[in-house]
Amino acid sequence: MLEIKNLQVSLEEEDKQILKGVDLSIGEGEVHAIMGPNGSGKSTTSYVLSGKDGYEVTDGSAKLNGNDLLDMEPEERAAAGLFLAFQYPVEIPGVGNMTFLRTAVNSQRKARGEDELSAGEFLKVVREKAKALKIDADMLKRPVNVGFSGGEKKRNEILQMAMLEPKMCVLDETDSGLDVDAMKLVAEGVNALRDGKRSFLVITHYQRLLDHIKPDVVHIMANGRIIKSGGPELALEVENNGYADLLEETA
Amino acid sequence: MPATALTELDREITLPAAGVWGTKSRKDALARLTAMGLPNHRDEYWKYTRPETLTSATPTPAAIFDGNDEAPMFDAIDCLQITFIDGVFDADASDDLEMAGVSIERLATAMENDIHWAKDLYGTLETNGQNPVQRPLAALNSATATDGVVIHATGQAAKPVLIRYLHQNETSDAVLHHVIKLDDGAALTVLETGPAAARLNKVMEVDQGNEARFNHVCTQGRDHARRAVTHIFARLATESRFKSFTLTANGVLTRNECIIEITGDDAFAHVAGAALGDGDFHHDDTVFITHDAVNCESRQVFKKVLRNGATGVFQGKILVQPDAQKTDGYQISQALLLDDDSQFLAKPELEIYADDVACSHGSTTGAIDETALFYLRSRGVEKDEAQDLLVLSFLAEAIGEIEDEVLADEIQSRLESWLKRHSS
Ligand SMILES: Nc1ncnc2c1ncn2[C@@H]1O[C@H](COP(=O)(O)OP(=O)(O)O)[C@@H](O)[C@H]1O
Ligand SMILES: [Mg+2]
Repeated sequence: MLEIKNLQVSLEEEDKQILKGVDLSIGEGEVHAIMGPNGSGKSTTSYVLSGKDGYEVTDGSAKLNGNDLLDMEPEERAAAGLFLAFQYPVEIPGVGNMTFLRTAVNSQRKARGEDELSAGEFLKVVREKAKALKIDADMLKRPVNVGFSGGEKKRNEILQMAMLEPKMCVLDETDSGLDVDAMKLVAEGVNALRDGKRSFLVITHYQRLLDHIKPDVVHIMANGRIIKSGGPELALEVENNGYADLLEETA
Repeated sequence: MPATALTELDREITLPAAGVWGTKSRKDALARLTAMGLPNHRDEYWKYTRPETLTSATPTPAAIFDGNDEAPMFDAIDCLQITFIDGVFDADASDDLEMAGVSIERLATAMENDIHWAKDLYGTLETNGQNPVQRPLAALNSATATDGVVIHATGQAAKPVLIRYLHQNETSDAVLHHVIKLDDGAALTVLETGPAAARLNKVMEVDQGNEARFNHVCTQGRDHARRAVTHIFARLATESRFKSFTLTANGVLTRNECIIEITGDDAFAHVAGAALGDGDFHHDDTVFITHDAVNCESRQVFKKVLRNGATGVFQGKILVQPDAQKTDGYQISQALLLDDDSQFLAKPELEIYADDVACSHGSTTGAIDETALFYLRSRGVEKDEAQDLLVLSFLAEAIGEIEDEVLADEIQSRLESWLKRHSS
């Protein structure tokens, strides 16, 4: 599904290397987690995959089902099946959440040569998926993320993901700032999308999210590299011992 | 009526024939104008907008624009329709001027009637509005207006009055003056649409009695080459409500002035505008709201989207007189520049002489928010469409000032069409 090889990335503005050769291979239907201390390059990885400006790829490649992601515009990557749930979802005053969702869904359908959904069809699907995430009609009507609580913003990200039905979902610290109940709701939303084909890359700082979204593989990222990969037990090790031991081990 | 040659004004001014009071009003206006002189680019109030093409004896010709790719503005709304073609009333293209709750006449007809109510209003609010800042082009209008309507709302108007201004002659020079009086408790909506002429000088005087409600939505057409200077002068009595919104898309030169004096307690005045300019576009909103009563609210909300070297200007003032306690004044003027060639010049002002007031103002110039743009694109929205959404997001606060949902939707759909036509 997702094939990242020796990805090296620097900032465009200053001469600073952030990713120093990341390798990652996620198969169809797999759930991978990336953990690591703050500033290790987790968000940067997700941004470079989805095409944010400001980064320069100096070496390596990233492919989604064989297609070179790095060669595409952000919207093309989305239409190809990539989705990033943002660490900090953006507020867009004056644009209704529903309008936004419909524009996004239909843009992707158009890009893939599919018919646009009618207003009626769309509404039906949205209502159903919103209900599962406890997103009420009012939240759908309000401007995108404006005045949403932290938990509401994250649920709204998952709703977008559910509506867009991507092949490869990247979740950047979707658990940050959530209480236990909100986190469960979000995890249920994610688990509902697991269908044996769709793949996930879950970026998190804490192990607790992984109690709810069970990963197949856990990677530890530090200083722009993946320094260790293993099974779910690796997350528990981090939880119990912190990153210090791991960092020393590989230093 | 003889032409009056004025060396001070550098141009000849002809006072159109009118009845007794009309003639007197015009002469008074000419005297005001002569004392002030026509504006020029050295005047402080015209620092950002050059008035020469608005004051010249003849207008710069303006190509006729064919806007038939869109349905006429406000087409779906049930209105009493009044049509001016190149600044001249056209009876055939207008409805009968009969409607419950209001009486409507042509200005010339009213001026022939020696005891007409408009006698005390025509040029009066304009005169009041000359202080403390002079507005010579409004005095020029009162002196020389050739047409217009006078509307007297005595109760709740049965329908909105829609004034359509068609432009069919490349060299037309329209000078229109409307006088609107709302009795206590009366309610009226006036819609205006169209470029009017190659050059338009328009004044609208609105006098609102106690608890009178005036609602105004104006769109200035899509012509690129036309020039316009417009003034609204409004006087608000106790518990009256004034709301005005103007959409300006295209137009090589526009100066819209709105001068409001709030004289009765518990009244409110909301003025808003959205302007969209691409290339050779200069748009100036100049607003002056005077609070002279207790517990009144005023809002000024102006947003401009500028690209390819377009210029936006905002000069807005809230003046709070010593006795105008509990004034709530809000003013926001913002420009979204879609490139580095465009510019926004703003002069927001507060002048407050009362101590118990809450006034705020803000003015910003910004570009498209790259983070938001990326967010939308990461959801699959194409770059152009994502930018359009962010432009609409930027304009939303101004559109939100339109209370009537049908009107707001109509304006919104025109904005969307404009953005589609002017994509990058
Ligand atoms: N746009 C940027 N400007 C400056 N520094 C950046 C930028 N993006 C990332 N960085 C730096 O790159 C490093 C990795 O950041 P990030 O990917 O956000 O880490 P993580 O998500 O693992 O906490 C940090 O040192 C951060 O300060
Ligand atoms: Mg991060």
